[in-house]
Amino acid sequence: MTWTHNFAADSFPTGSDAFQHKHLLGISSLQKWEILYILKEAEHWVALNRSGPAKHDGRLSGMTIINAFFENSTRTLLSFEIAGKRLGADVVNMHAAQSSVKKGETLIDTAMTLNAMRADAIVIRHASSGAVQLISGKVDCPVLNAGDGSHEHPTQALLDALTIMRRKGAVEGQIVVICGDVLHSRVARSNIFCLKSLGAEVRVVAPPALMPYGIAAFGAQTFSNFDDALPGADVVMMLRLQNERMQGDFIPSPREYYHLFGLDERRLALAKPDALVMHPGPMNRGVEIASNVADHIERSAITEQVEMGVAVRMACLDILTRKSRGVEGWA
Amino acid sequence: MTLINIINGHVQLPGADKAEAMSLQINDGKISSFGTPIDHAVELDATDLLIAPGIIDLGVFKTDKPAFRFGGITRAALMPDQSPVHDDPATIRYAALKGKPDLWVHPLAAATKDLAGSQMAEIALMKEAGAVGVATGRKWIGDSGIMLRIMRYCAALDLPVIVHSEDAGLAGNAVATESETATLLGLSSASPVTEALAIARDLMLAEESGAHVHFRQVTTARSLDLIREGKAKGLRISCGITPGHLFLSNNAIIDFRTFARLSPPLRDESDRLACIAAIADGTIDVIASGHDPRGPEDKRLPFSEAEPGMAGAETLLALTLNLVRDEIITTGRLFELLATNPARILGLKAGVITEGFEADLILVDPYAPWQVDSNRMTALAGNTPFNKIPVQGRVRHMLKGGKVVTA
Repeated sequence: MTWTHNFAADSFPTGSDAFQHKHLLGISSLQKWEILYILKEAEHWVALNRSGPAKHDGRLSGMTIINAFFENSTRTLLSFEIAGKRLGADVVNMHAAQSSVKKGETLIDTAMTLNAMRADAIVIRHASSGAVQLISGKVDCPVLNAGDGSHEHPTQALLDALTIMRRKGAVEGQIVVICGDVLHSRVARSNIFCLKSLGAEVRVVAPPALMPYGIAAFGAQTFSNFDDALPGADVVMMLRLQNERMQGDFIPSPREYYHLFGLDERRLALAKPDALVMHPGPMNRGVEIASNVADHIERSAITEQVEMGVAVRMACLDILTRKSRGVEGWA
Repeated sequence: MTLINIINGHVQLPGADKAEAMSLQINDGKISSFGTPIDHAVELDATDLLIAPGIIDLGVFKTDKPAFRFGGITRAALMPDQSPVHDDPATIRYAALKGKPDLWVHPLAAATKDLAGSQMAEIALMKEAGAVGVATGRKWIGDSGIMLRIMRYCAALDLPVIVHSEDAGLAGNAVATESETATLLGLSSASPVTEALAIARDLMLAEESGAHVHFRQVTTARSLDLIREGKAKGLRISCGITPGHLFLSNNAIIDFRTFARLSPPLRDESDRLACIAAIADGTIDVIASGHDPRGPEDKRLPFSEAEPGMAGAETLLALTLNLVRDEIITTGRLFELLATNPARILGLKAGVITEGFEADLILVDPYAPWQVDSNRMTALAGNTPFNKIPVQGRVRHMLKGGKVVTA
């Protein structure tokens, strides 16, 4: 399906730029029109990324982007790196494993160091909720949250929304089922805020020990039985179950988890016939998702999510650096 | 021999709802008379001031003289959570001498060696060295067998056992109370029943052992109900709270404010209101500061990596005077909570203004307005969750043993 979402003239407020935040820390602080603006901008980058071998736009030329990853990541780091490079920026990656963080330097000191290197944008992933917000208060340049603890992962939610929009035509009115370790999931939180803001119906499924308190207050319906949540679903979004939580503390075993919460063909058949399967990756095949479902050529949008990730991150980097680049109307 | 005559003030006498106009005389460091001027006395003018017993702060984590002076604290019971841990007579003896003469530190002995919760510390020797009570420290003792033996031992030695109440299994690595706020912020959280469960066990052990158990911080409706039941049964129990849990609920942690990271964590509004009700009905015996100054190395961190605790000594009196202004309690009751009851629990001859007692007094302007400012505190660190709020009540003079303590 192609892009059918229309932006009415009054979708955005008049008289100022469309995205007034200095940083991108989370979805919960964004207005609906701000989310839509990023998605609209990202659409442009999807086209560029598909345009052939010369996928380059030099607008961030000369700028330095630091990807400071205090927690291991492959795909998000790579996605941000590619996004920055396609926009022409000089991108450097800092891995916690090879940084002075291991030598006992505090997070604030690390942030001040990065700031002194005159980065034009800093992308941060950290294992503690709130760490990215803490750093954002200490540096001069825009900060993008690439995932902080169990708090938020805004670019993931944006790329998921873009994927759903492109495949389903709109997010509004869609029934989205999110299943897995919701308690520890920043992806789930950001997605709930984003999807609810855009008008989707969100159903959350988790084992009792992995369901956060009070999630219904954010507008999601909660289920402990996966089968009960699936009828009518337009999108089934599976979450990764961390290895360390499979060994008896939260669930008895991966086998039992798969029995109750794994997405297989039988369960997928309970959703709408054209229901989309999504996963933020990396997947545990056979733990939360069956291989044939993950690889289903029409139903699975998992690789498309990765593609949208680059476009969304390009859009975010572009928007957040407009002020410092002196883009007309943004300075 | 120093003679002091404090004139023109209002004196808060024990048992009275509010302070009454009278003069007060001090002879040789002790309160000697009321309304009988003595010759050759130094006069101290207390016009518009309330003369109250010096605050006895039950359970501080640092000896912080400037903050105590600001807050009107003349005696403080020091928690054993020090470096090194106060689990032997030498450290207790040292701590007891540290503040004198203008501040009396009453050390609390660690219940177990290194506060590890497994081996009993030398409690009797520490009592002889000056310990006025035994404390479990920041943590709960999970082993019920050890806890019962400690209580029985302390009952025999006539020492109060001051406990922290959080079931360790339920608390896990939680940094907040289970709530929508904690879920929104993605912080690990634990049910408020964590506290009630720990209190339920220790009430049973208190009954079993006959020990005097003081629950240092009781912060939920369910816990307070258990305390009420225990008191109705006639158990030798008492309980306390700090202004954090009386005046803040867990939405104070929004924006990952580490100054509002406390132990136990802040509760929801219904529990906070239950705490206020328990102040009104007399269930809560003590209000303490929980003074725990923490610098940026402990607080300027991601929320779950930051240490819990607040610097509370300076704001204790000004904040709790709100309870009087809001007509929840009388001035007389406030100083029972701040001074009389802590003294009684710790077995100190202090905490009331009466003839023959040490002249530990504060002269308070209860209406003086000021603003809490974490950047301008006299404490070792300014980690207050009450930053920028306007308060009323300022200590103008403090006397310890009849001597004026200067800042």
